[in-house]
Amino acid sequence: MNTSVQVSTPPSVMHIFITVLKRDLTLAYRRRQDLVNPMIFFIIVVSLLPLGVSPEKSFLQEAGAGVVWVAALLATLLSLDSLFRSDFDDGSLEQIVLTPQPLFIMVLAKICAHWLVTGVPLIILSPMLGVMMHLEFETIKVLMLTLLLGTPVLSLIGAIGAALTVGLKVGGVLISLLILPLYIPVLIFGTGTVQAAANMLPIDGYIALMGAIFALSLTMSPLAAAAALRISLSN
Amino acid sequence: MSVVSPTVTQSSTCELLPSSGSELLRAESLFCERDERVLFEDLNFSINAGEIIQVEGPNGSGKTTLLRIMSGLSGAYEGNLFWKGETINSARIDFLSNLLYLGHKPGVKAILTPVENLRALMGIRQSVTDEQIHRALEKVGLYGYEDVPCHNLSAGQHRRVALARLYLSTDELWILDEAFTAIDKKGVKELEALLQERAHQGGAVLLTTHHELQLESGFKKLQLGKSAVVKEPVTTQVVAGEVR
Repeated sequence: MNTSVQVSTPPSVMHIFITVLKRDLTLAYRRRQDLVNPMIFFIIVVSLLPLGVSPEKSFLQEAGAGVVWVAALLATLLSLDSLFRSDFDDGSLEQIVLTPQPLFIMVLAKICAHWLVTGVPLIILSPMLGVMMHLEFETIKVLMLTLLLGTPVLSLIGAIGAALTVGLKVGGVLISLLILPLYIPVLIFGTGTVQAAANMLPIDGYIALMGAIFALSLTMSPLAAAAALRISLSN
Repeated sequence: MSVVSPTVTQSSTCELLPSSGSELLRAESLFCERDERVLFEDLNFSINAGEIIQVEGPNGSGKTTLLRIMSGLSGAYEGNLFWKGETINSARIDFLSNLLYLGHKPGVKAILTPVENLRALMGIRQSVTDEQIHRALEKVGLYGYEDVPCHNLSAGQHRRVALARLYLSTDELWILDEAFTAIDKKGVKELEALLQERAHQGGAVLLTTHHELQLESGFKKLQLGKSAVVKEPVTTQVVAGEVR
């Protein structure tokens, strides 16, 4: 084996992204029982509402989209703490930070993996819950579209909070405090879109705004999360 | 204040070293304080190509802190760090491309297999093939364990997964924190041989260990901590390992 000091070819950015994504997906697959948690939470919250408040069709149609959105938001929030936690605990995060490659690429890959294992299942489950809430077929389609645009935003913004609190021994509560205010606009526009669709109003404006929020968080939050990670690791 | 400046062996020793070369990393008047306790003050030393430096000191004397500072992980210090003459911030990319840092926590995932671990750890630094990974694992004595999840391995084997990175690394500077922990005698010998070979090839190693290093060619010691020993000029200039 040649161990001499030599210049090695650095891997391409795409290669790094895929390496980290693959690793995180493998990790998620090995711990799949943990993944089911947010999904079960999501289903339980939505299905308890008719029992707890009112099973009236008119009420559920009115509140349905909002409930699905709130449950999706809370389910994401529940899973955020684990985004960087185990990597921080076993030292992998140090190794990730100490690569010459741009850190935000690797952070983006981790966020992407997080969305794939928490956000996507929520989107897939949402039509079923929509039917439970007596939502119209057209409304369910819009609900899924807003979740498709909204859940990545939840993962992206959440990553900033997770990165900031990963160095703390008890970060759970702090994440919620830091992140919830930033989640509010997504929630308002998400439910607003579905409401507008249910009332046969045009939704293009809402969708455009949600797209804008998504684009903004996609470009900014990996950078912010990367900076936050450096701070968390530096003490 | 009862702080004692740490010392490092004088350059006269390193001139005797066969492979001492160009300066890689230099620390200038480094100062670090933790929990209102000064760990080191006015620390000046440099790591040259072909050198092995062992950081010594009692528990809590700041060995890990120093290594984290030198690797650029921690910014909680005053003073200057230079990589090949440039400040560490301006030479950051070149520095990180040539640094292998192995911390207390080795970065090995318990639920991944050794191969998957190395693929993830190395894949974000340099292009490695699976064949190279298998060979490196064979060298650290993990042949036959490639596809066993790491939580089924012993503590020493767990550590060896991380050490396999040394066989794959092409980096100029290795910073190893407690590299010998949980490694058996034979493994320590092999590791010492590897470090030595590395130094001959022009790599540099900065490490902490409580194990007595036995290297044929010389290596330097950097003494941290405020033990009385450090104050005496004779012991401050600790030199271990005579030149062959």
